[in-house]
Amino acid sequence: MSASVQTEKLLRWPLPEALHYRLGVASRSVAAIVGGYLLAALSTMLLSVCLPMARVEAVMTATLASFAIYTCAVLWVFATSSALRAWLGLLIPGAVMAAILQWMDALSWSLA
Amino acid sequence: MKEGFRQSMAWLHTWSGLLVCWILLLVFCAGTASYYRNEITLWMQPELHAAAGQPVSSEQAATAAQTAMQERAEGATRWFITLPGERNPALQLGWNKPSKPGEKKKGRRGNFHSEKADPSTGEVLSKPRETRGGEFLYRLHFDLHYMSALWARWLVGFCAMFMLVSIISGIVTHKRIFKDLFTFRPKKGQRSWLDAHNVTAVLALPYHLMITYTGLVTLMFMYMPSGVTTAYKGDQDTFFSEAFPARVGETKAAGVAAPLTPFAPLVRQAEQRWGAQVGFVSVNLPGDANATVTLRRASGRDMSSKQPTMEFDGVTGKLLATYGEEMGGASNTHGVMYGLHIANFASPLLRALFFLSGLAGCAMVATGALLWAVKTRQKQAKALAAGKRPSFGLRLVEALNIGAIAGIPIAFGTYFWANRLLPVGLEERPKEEIAFFFGAWAVAAIVAQLRPTRAMWRIQLSVGAVLLASLPVLNGLTSGSHLGAVLLGRGPVAVAAFDLVVLVLGLGLAYAAFRLKPLPAKSVKSAKPATKADVTPDTAAGAA
Repeated sequence: MSASVQTEKLLRWPLPEALHYRLGVASRSVAAIVGGYLLAALSTMLLSVCLPMARVEAVMTATLASFAIYTCAVLWVFATSSALRAWLGLLIPGAVMAAILQWMDALSWSLA
Repeated sequence: MKEGFRQSMAWLHTWSGLLVCWILLLVFCAGTASYYRNEITLWMQPELHAAAGQPVSSEQAATAAQTAMQERAEGATRWFITLPGERNPALQLGWNKPSKPGEKKKGRRGNFHSEKADPSTGEVLSKPRETRGGEFLYRLHFDLHYMSALWARWLVGFCAMFMLVSIISGIVTHKRIFKDLFTFRPKKGQRSWLDAHNVTAVLALPYHLMITYTGLVTLMFMYMPSGVTTAYKGDQDTFFSEAFPARVGETKAAGVAAPLTPFAPLVRQAEQRWGAQVGFVSVNLPGDANATVTLRRASGRDMSSKQPTMEFDGVTGKLLATYGEEMGGASNTHGVMYGLHIANFASPLLRALFFLSGLAGCAMVATGALLWAVKTRQKQAKALAAGKRPSFGLRLVEALNIGAIAGIPIAFGTYFWANRLLPVGLEERPKEEIAFFFGAWAVAAIVAQLRPTRAMWRIQLSVGAVLLASLPVLNGLTSGSHLGAVLLGRGPVAVAAFDLVVLVLGLGLAYAAFRLKPLPAKSVKSAKPATKADVTPDTAAGAA
């Protein structure tokens, strides 16, 4: 029922075990649904401007691949040993991609 | 999550599957039915059963359509003509008229008018009863109903992502995916449900993965617009004009009348160029000096959903431009993925296989939902044996399972019954039919919430069985094309096929209900709690 032993040692908050577990699941769910989407969206942006092919083709390829990336992100979030690691695993690559896009002056904050 | 990769994936599989399974079941059922939406619509318009005439060439049909439109679509700004094909013997004519000043817009279809016509003469077919037919089921599977299509599409996409995650984590969970294909242990309670879930999922696994991913692809620019916003700086129009080649912008009317060029030579020219039939003709500003005629290739056996078009001057008949004949690899991939989802290319046999795979998908979702309930009931077995009530979650899931798995066939059956029994001239007839669909479903779902018991399963499965299995009789009584007449070659095959499929589905439900007969007294007393698990999973396939 509980998270793995090592993480409990590292990240054990002074909370009842069941609540700790539930908060972990809730945190991971937000990470998977929202964080996973943002990661997929950022990778779609990056691939759209970086892939060495015609612009329309790059956008097509990136968008087609986005749902696979989203799925992988969700699997990662629930496979890794703690909710904190899950968030870091999304935020670090996300931040790197956002930085590259910013440097290329291609970052777009509007999603629609 | 838990110890080990496989365990955490099993957890993810369970919950990502369970949370959205009832919506997914509706989407799967309606989507599976959509493979035969033309046939369903034909069945639902018995007035057209007699009119399955001789096949007509596209040239002849286009000419007939032109004559008919010139007579009947006076003052229209656009014409849309779908030429007859394998699965739709009639000409489909449609046109838009500009709304008169001060006139209120009539719903989202505006001043659009459509009708079906005989492809050899262009005459309007005897006016069939009004119905949304298979089109309703098709729309239902991504637009839902009674809510804005935009929200519905996001909701369905959200569920589809859950499905995708559930499929991938389900594959990871499997230790012996090949062996599972050949494993079925009937009458073993929870284990039987697990086997049934495995068999229906693994047997059609490539299909399940394909249909889920390509489903997301059909609406991918809505779900994931960030690529377009980044690479095109938000200029969607430019992107779409490059991605889906067609002319950009609208032509203004010249205001000078000019006769429309005959269609036949244009159709001949296009068919020579493509080596395939023309499927669709649209005319912009017919009768104006600036008119254009656009022909699109019929989908034929080509897997891609993107068909090339040719644009002609509507007065001189000169070829103005061709679009979509050369496509990049990614665009082609997109077209093929889209095409795979809608399966317009499928030959009759392949279409039947797609339909069966879709049914397997329904069964996969249904058995997965049942498996959760059976497992959870097993976990609570001690408490239940001690006379405690099932937990809130278990009760809710069991009730939702009845309302969805047994309730959806009732909704489908009621829809078809309403189609034949409502008066033909009824106001807003299509709306009424749909109201019957949801009304019946709502009753089933609410009654299931009130009493989620084994007897309720039996009652609802029986009701669904009777509604579906008796449709051939209803058809025989309310149209001339009963099974006997069609099988003797006097009537459209599609109608007989519909009758036979609903008959088989109804018998499957009846078998499921039969297997749920009340338990003999001694097994009630036995230590093992009585659960729905005593039904064998092949009945669930029927139920789906």
